[in-house]
Amino acid sequence: MTVRDFIRLFKKMIFVIIATAVLMFILGYFFPDEQAMSLAIMKEYSLEVILVFPAVLVLMGLVDIWMPREMVRRHFGDTAGFRGLLLSVFLGTLPAGPLFIAFPIAGKMLRKGARVANVVAFMGAWASLKMSEIGMEIYFLGVKFAFLRVVLTLIAVLGIALITEKMLTVAGKELTKESI
Amino acid sequence: MLVALIINIIAIGTLVYSFTQSSRKSIQALKTALMKGLKLAPWMVGIIVLIGIVLSFVPPEVIERYLGGEMTIYQVVAAALIGTVSMIPNLITLPLAGSLIDSGASYTTIAAFLTTLTMVGFVTMPLEIKLLGKKITFWRNLLAFFFAIIIAVIIGALM
Repeated sequence: MTVRDFIRLFKKMIFVIIATAVLMFILGYFFPDEQAMSLAIMKEYSLEVILVFPAVLVLMGLVDIWMPREMVRRHFGDTAGFRGLLLSVFLGTLPAGPLFIAFPIAGKMLRKGARVANVVAFMGAWASLKMSEIGMEIYFLGVKFAFLRVVLTLIAVLGIALITEKMLTVAGKELTKESI
Repeated sequence: MLVALIINIIAIGTLVYSFTQSSRKSIQALKTALMKGLKLAPWMVGIIVLIGIVLSFVPPEVIERYLGGEMTIYQVVAAALIGTVSMIPNLITLPLAGSLIDSGASYTTIAAFLTTLTMVGFVTMPLEIKLLGKKITFWRNLLAFFFAIIIAVIIGALM
C-alpha cells in the first residue's frame, strides 16, 4: 500500500466517522429513543465484528499465501462439477457470524478462480444453513419446521447459485473481471 | 461467543503452524490480512451504523405487530420485506420467531421472514457490490427474495 492509498483510506475513515456523528446527532434530536437503541445495536455488532473479523482476515491471508490458485481451481473451479458445489455448501455451514463477514472470503474465492455458482452457494449456506444455528432452530421452532426449512433452503441455495451464474454468463459471453 | 472463540483458536493455531513452516510467508499473510482489514474498515463501520439505525426503527415490537395474527398474502410479502431490510442476529430472531408462532403467527410468514432476513442483505449491499460486483449482488439478492417466498409457501402448505 502506497502512502497515497493510505491517505485516501484515512480520508474515507474520517468521512465515515463524521457522517456517523452527524447522523447520530440528527437522530438524537428527532428520535432520542431510536438513537439510544441504535447505539446499543451498534455496540453489539461492533463487538461481534471485532471478535470475529480479525480472525477471518488472518485465515484469509494464510489461505491466500498457502493455497495455490491451482488448488482453488481444482476444488471450486469450473471442472469441479457437482462435488465442488456440495463442498462449497458444506464449507458455508461451518462458520458463524453475519453474512457480510463472508463477503471478503467469497470475493477472494472468486479471484482465485472459483466458479461463480460455488461462491454464491457458499454465501447462501453461510447465510441460512449454519449448523450452529440449526440446533437452535429445532429448539425454538420444532424439528418439522427446521427440517422442511433446511431441505427447501438447500434446494434454493443451489438454485440461486446456478441461476446467478447463468445470468452472468448469458449469451455465451465469457466471464471477465470487468463483467463481474 | 463460543463460535467466535473457536474461530479465533483455529486462526491462531493455523498461524502458529504457518510460522513453523515459513516465517517469511506467514508475515506476508499477516500483511495481506492487515491491508484487507484496513481497506474494509470504513465499510464495516458504515454498515454497522446503518444496521443500528435501520434496526432501531424496526424493533421486535414492530415486527411482532406486523407478523403476528391472521396470515394474508400481504403479510407474507411484508414479512419478506422486513426480513430484507433488517439485520438481526439469529440468536435473537429464532426465539422471537418461536414466540410469534406461539402467539398465533403462521409458519408461512415466519419462514418468509427468517429466509430473507438471513439471505437477503439490503444494508450490506454496498459492501457486497464492492467485493463481489454488481451483477452477483443483484441476482443473488433478487433470487433469494423470490426463493424465500416460495420456501415460505411450501412450508405453510406442509406444516
